Amino acid sequence: MINFSYSIWLLLIPLMMFFILGLAGHKLGPRLSGLLGTSGLAIITMLSFIIAYSYFFGTPKNGEGFKAIIAYNITWLQLIDNLHIDIGVLLDPISVMMLIVVSTVSFMVHIYSLGYMKGERGYERFFAFLSLFTFSMLGLVVAPNIFQMYIFWELVGISSYLLIGFYYQKPSAVAASKKAFIVTRFADLGFLIGILILSFYTKTFDFITLTDPSGPAIAKTGGATFMGLSVITWSMIFVYMGGVGKSAMFPFHIWLPDAMEGPTPVSALIHAATMVVAGVYLVARLFPVYVMASPQALHIIAYVGAFSSLFAAVIACTQTDIKRVLAYSTMSQIGYMMLALGVSGYGGHNGLGFMASMFHLFTHAMFKALLFLGAGAIIHAVHSNFMTDMGGLRKYLPITHITFLIACLSIAGVPLFAGFFSKDEILAAAFEHNKFLFAVEYAVAGLTAFYMFRLYFSIFWGKETQYHHTPHEAPLTMTIPLIILALGAALTGFIPFNKLVTSDGLPFESHLDWGVAVPSVIIGLLGITVAWAMYSKSSNLPDRVASAFRLGYKWAYNKFYMDELYLFITKKIIFRYISEPVAWFDRHIVDGTMNAIATVTQVTSFRIRKFQSGQIQQYAFVYISGVIFLVILLVYIWR
Amino acid sequence: MNTGIPIQYFLILATIMFFTGIYGFLTRRNLITILMSTELILNSVNINFMAFNRYLFPHKLDGMFFSLFIIAVAAAEAAVAISIIINIYRRFTTINVEDVDEMKY
Repeated sequence: MINFSYSIWLLLIPLMMFFILGLAGHKLGPRLSGLLGTSGLAIITMLSFIIAYSYFFGTPKNGEGFKAIIAYNITWLQLIDNLHIDIGVLLDPISVMMLIVVSTVSFMVHIYSLGYMKGERGYERFFAFLSLFTFSMLGLVVAPNIFQMYIFWELVGISSYLLIGFYYQKPSAVAASKKAFIVTRFADLGFLIGILILSFYTKTFDFITLTDPSGPAIAKTGGATFMGLSVITWSMIFVYMGGVGKSAMFPFHIWLPDAMEGPTPVSALIHAATMVVAGVYLVARLFPVYVMASPQALHIIAYVGAFSSLFAAVIACTQTDIKRVLAYSTMSQIGYMMLALGVSGYGGHNGLGFMASMFHLFTHAMFKALLFLGAGAIIHAVHSNFMTDMGGLRKYLPITHITFLIACLSIAGVPLFAGFFSKDEILAAAFEHNKFLFAVEYAVAGLTAFYMFRLYFSIFWGKETQYHHTPHEAPLTMTIPLIILALGAALTGFIPFNKLVTSDGLPFESHLDWGVAVPSVIIGLLGITVAWAMYSKSSNLPDRVASAFRLGYKWAYNKFYMDELYLFITKKIIFRYISEPVAWFDRHIVDGTMNAIATVTQVTSFRIRKFQSGQIQQYAFVYISGVIFLVILLVYIWR
Repeated sequence: MNTGIPIQYFLILATIMFFTGIYGFLTRRNLITILMSTELILNSVNINFMAFNRYLFPHKLDGMFFSLFIIAVAAAEAAVAISIIINIYRRFTTINVEDVDEMKY
């Protein structure tokens, strides 16, 4: 057994960086703080790769597959004798894989930010927050118990809030950060309720005990039921609600597009590659409980995932802000991952969906981070977020063009790119378990190819736009991460996930299912062709199509009026009929009582204050009268 | 033991002195006079102590000691009070107690 206790440094280094940069950043100056933060991340990335290598290839397997290892553990809070909250590090295939994703993308984003954020106010603050985020995300990933996960879950929420609101002078950024925080916080309420129910019935927070097939969570499900579902199922649904909020699934997706107000590297790191997949990770973490004890919850996950992916893909086809297109695309791809988990079984080839979901999480992190960083380079060059201001950029931004194209090919599922392999596994898993969801995902695959290439063609081809000054390629610090991630987006598909990351730790055989893959590739190519026909040259075809489907287009363009619906529910119903009466009660009854007490006291004391005259002889007179009165009382009356 | 003077005479004298002191304390405006009134009150108490000690417990000395204590304390108190009065005079240039009324509402 290899000792992994050094993995605690994964958490300590970024935390240390956060304090150093946060407290002393203004003394260090922007250049040094940026380099310090980035070098800290370089160490973490190296550590993650070392851990991954020694976990996957260094431990003897003896045909038992990969076991979960508690690398480090301290009891942090002893609640009662057998219920305590620990802080520690848990290594198993999915957490090790997530370590790679988080540290790699975070490292790339750090390097990229060195160039992208150059000259911005609050450069040191930005890097301090990035370190805080990395710390929280790594803590979430390696959490050995659900409570530590919840703590770090909230911490990533806070870092996300801080980074979305990084440009705090911009009212829209402030509003977006508040929206993200409140929506996810509301969803986390469900997570907390789920944890409470779960720990109440199982008397443990520990993941290993919870996911043990003979453990209390799975074996004891015959107990209490509520509305036809077992208590464990209810708690799992509540826990999943937290995941819905964090992963921007329908109906809690409304914060994600607005979160694009943050700096673009932040969108790449938090709102594309790492934090938003926390919900998927949470479900994967508790997967044995879902699959064995609460299949109904798993159905909900599958349908929510499928609906979100379709919903987001339709919206993505109509948006013109490139970051928003990418945001909806993220939501759609996460829907894929959720769906894959939802249709998966446990163990061996049944666990294909689980493997596919983790595989897609991995490849998606690569190509989506790449897309966002590429979008950042484009915005950097053009100073606009809107596709309408772009066109013909392939001549000016050659490196960005090539890397962006690779990412688009990857997400569209063109063979031999990473997205093709992972998406094919998801489709195969869906095909085996649920034909309806499989059909939905086929449609989404076509839409994905269409909207990605709509983006690609209208940015890099299309009409020649007159720019104020010639756009120029981004500096080296920005292009190097693009190139590295492009390699990832092209090549990570060849990683044999079926040997490494599986639902039960045992490798299984899986082959490309050509019956599934060929039609999906054809659908993808069809989407690309349609996009090419509509957007590669300047024409009025897009407008004609839009006016042909006027009503549907308008709905999708306005995001199916979800924001308006939320505003209607909160402002017109909750605020008016609940909050306002409560506020009235608070102001008039609760405050009124207190104010009355204060007023009476004040009036009385105003009346009697003249007694304190400052005349000593008056006081003495009152005193002596009192004494005489008492003497008379005691001597003559109460004898 | 019996000296011929009944105890009531002492007590009446002490009471007259006591209430004279109280009256002076409440009515005089001059701080020095107020201090003198206080001395009257203390001395009336002394007379009471002596009289009761002599008539009720002739073989004990407690009352005598109390009187001695009160005399000593009164001396010290007079010193402190006069220094306070001097300070008041410096601050207000008066020792009229009615004008010294800054500590009020």
